[in-house]
Amino acid sequence: MPGRWSRVSSLSEAGLKIAVLVKQVPDTYEDRHLDLETGLADRGASESVLDEIGGRALEVAVSQAEAADGTEVVAVTVGPESATTALREALAIGADSAVHVVDPELSGADVQLTAEVLAAVVERLGADLVLAGNQSTDGLGGVVPAILAELLERPAATNLDAIEIGADGVSGRRASDHGAISLTAPLPAVASITDRLPDPRFPNFKSTSAAKKKPIENLSLADLGVAAEDPSMPRSILVSVAARPPRNGGVKINDEGDGGTRIAEFLEQNRLV
Amino acid sequence: MTQAEDSVLVLLELTPSGELAPSAPGLLGAAAAIGQPVALALAGPGQGSGLAEAAAALGATRTLVAESADAASALTVPAVDALGAAAELVEPEVVLVSHSIEGREVAARFAARSKSALAVDAVGLARDEEGVVVRHSVFGGAYETESAATFGTLVVTVRQGAIEARAEAQPVAAEELAVQPSGKPAASVTGFEERVETSSRPALREAERVVAFGVALGSADSLPLIEELADSLDAALGASRAAVDEGFAPQSWQVGQTGVSVSPQLYLAIGISGATQHKVGMQTAKTIVAINKDPEAPIFEIADFGVVGDQFTIVPQLTEALRARRA
Ligand SMILES: Cc1cc2nc3c(=O)[nH]c(=O)nc-3n(C[C@H](O)[C@H](O)[C@H](O)COP(=O)(O)OP(=O)(O)OC[C@H]3O[C@@H](n4cnc5c(N)ncnc54)[C@H](O)[C@@H]3O)c2cc1C
Ligand SMILES: Nc1ncnc2c1ncn2[C@@H]1O[C@H](COP(=O)(O)O)[C@@H](O)[C@H]1O
Repeated sequence: MPGRWSRVSSLSEAGLKIAVLVKQVPDTYEDRHLDLETGLADRGASESVLDEIGGRALEVAVSQAEAADGTEVVAVTVGPESATTALREALAIGADSAVHVVDPELSGADVQLTAEVLAAVVERLGADLVLAGNQSTDGLGGVVPAILAELLERPAATNLDAIEIGADGVSGRRASDHGAISLTAPLPAVASITDRLPDPRFPNFKSTSAAKKKPIENLSLADLGVAAEDPSMPRSILVSVAARPPRNGGVKINDEGDGGTRIAEFLEQNRLV
Repeated sequence: MTQAEDSVLVLLELTPSGELAPSAPGLLGAAAAIGQPVALALAGPGQGSGLAEAAAALGATRTLVAESADAASALTVPAVDALGAAAELVEPEVVLVSHSIEGREVAARFAARSKSALAVDAVGLARDEEGVVVRHSVFGGAYETESAATFGTLVVTVRQGAIEARAEAQPVAAEELAVQPSGKPAASVTGFEERVETSSRPALREAERVVAFGVALGSADSLPLIEELADSLDAALGASRAAVDEGFAPQSWQVGQTGVSVSPQLYLAIGISGATQHKVGMQTAKTIVAINKDPEAPIFEIADFGVVGDQFTIVPQLTEALRARRA
């Protein structure tokens, strides 16, 4: 097995600006719920956390900033008011500043609108590198970084389980369907990483209080010049939501020395062998 | 050629050796259920022959074959360009692409470029009075949702292994497709290391039976214990993320939220605690059997048949019983 790695090259040139896309999601350690009226994630029903893959992307950016002077890390999120908590966490992990796009019109935004908004933020920031997770743990779409690359007309180095960031490009190893693809792309670029990369560092007391002083910029759709309702743009809309009946446990026995035989019998009775 | 109004353009992926990928039968099966399947395959120069025959055998009424020298050296963009050229020709009502790592990115970029609606990770498609409806399974199957496009072409990525329908074979109708490169920036491919699946076991996503193990296996040296059981059941192997993280299993075996989602007839979980992130990848299995030494392990809450005990004694006995039955 190849080990996990994320290598940073020590570059002396100043000025690389990295926008890290982070998202607040319902905690995957708990059962997550959809609101049966709106079809949206029911944020009240479970704890919300910084998406774990976004946290890993942040760790890549922050280690890069430590290795290369002048690197600036901006955490960016599109989400409700409450997503500020995730941005504070990102700042505590080491982002220099944060941008929060919050707008009532974004409630229920699909991946395409989300990507349009993120593209507008990236352009406004003038970020050289966009670093995202390969998939969000609630949407599991795995498409936002690709759409961003298309909209921004930048090369996409996505789904990387190893990444190296340099002054003029990003390269890495893409975990793909049939194997590992080695990639390289010049900056400006869009990159996304997988959960094979290390967890973010744990914010300590000092970094948490320092984070309180770091700036979070709030932007609306109007600030970005993005329209939520573009009549020329078709959308994919939800037409029904249904909860599946929860699965219940069946028979549970203690192994009395015949556990294996009992399973074989169960499989046979249920025509599974 | 006049266009059928219900054309469904299907992007077929190829394996590194140039054959149709295992997602092809399901994609064409899904397409035939809602319209006229038209296939698109993007091959390297001189490697397009035989693809139309293979696609027709799986139900394509027409197959467009594009050959591109860039397909192997530039990431994603050549496939988006080809899909764009094909869509212009076919004017499809729906575009179907596998929700594989490559496929979903191609689909998403095509949707952005052509300003089409996008529905991702579909587990089914149907047609009602108003058009095509896409089914999704959300939060590990806890919810089922349906989506549809407000208007225009709908681009759909389809979860691998989710579609059981198969289409009838069609007469071969092959066409060459000329593609004008868009010139959009792409990452350059500098190397490729193929993942060689050395086993003859069924593929995890398509398997009817899955035997999965957790970190409690303790060492990759104990793998034969699990493999022998899997072979006595003709099952695919799966693993928890903790087992993958420890290097007991390759990443491609991981079941769960950040791995593969499976819905087999039988899922046998051995020494797996049943963390929510694991359950979301397997709780839609028809039948779940669990072995765990902890009677409180959450996996028992969803297991149809659970045995509290030690995997190292129960598994060999089970393998023996299944072998005896077969003999
Ligand atoms: C965002 C996120 C995404 C994740 N994605 C995934 C994912 O895709 N897939 C996934 O699996 N996990 C995922 N996880 C991790 C998940 O939370 C669990 O940590 C993981 O599933 C645990 O694996 P396990 O069951 O092998 O290990 P453990 O939870 O450590 O369980 C080991 C089990 O083995 C039992 N056991 C020990 N010895 C024996 C024995 N001799 N005989 C029988 N039983 C024995 C124990 O009782 C215990 O129940 C994710 C986590 C996060 C935060
Ligand atoms: N609302 C959002 N705000 C910020 N980043 C996002 C948002 N949605 C998706 N992303 C980024 O895009 C990645 C892939 O998301 P997805 O396509 O939803 O699976 C995530 O890991 C994030 O880095």
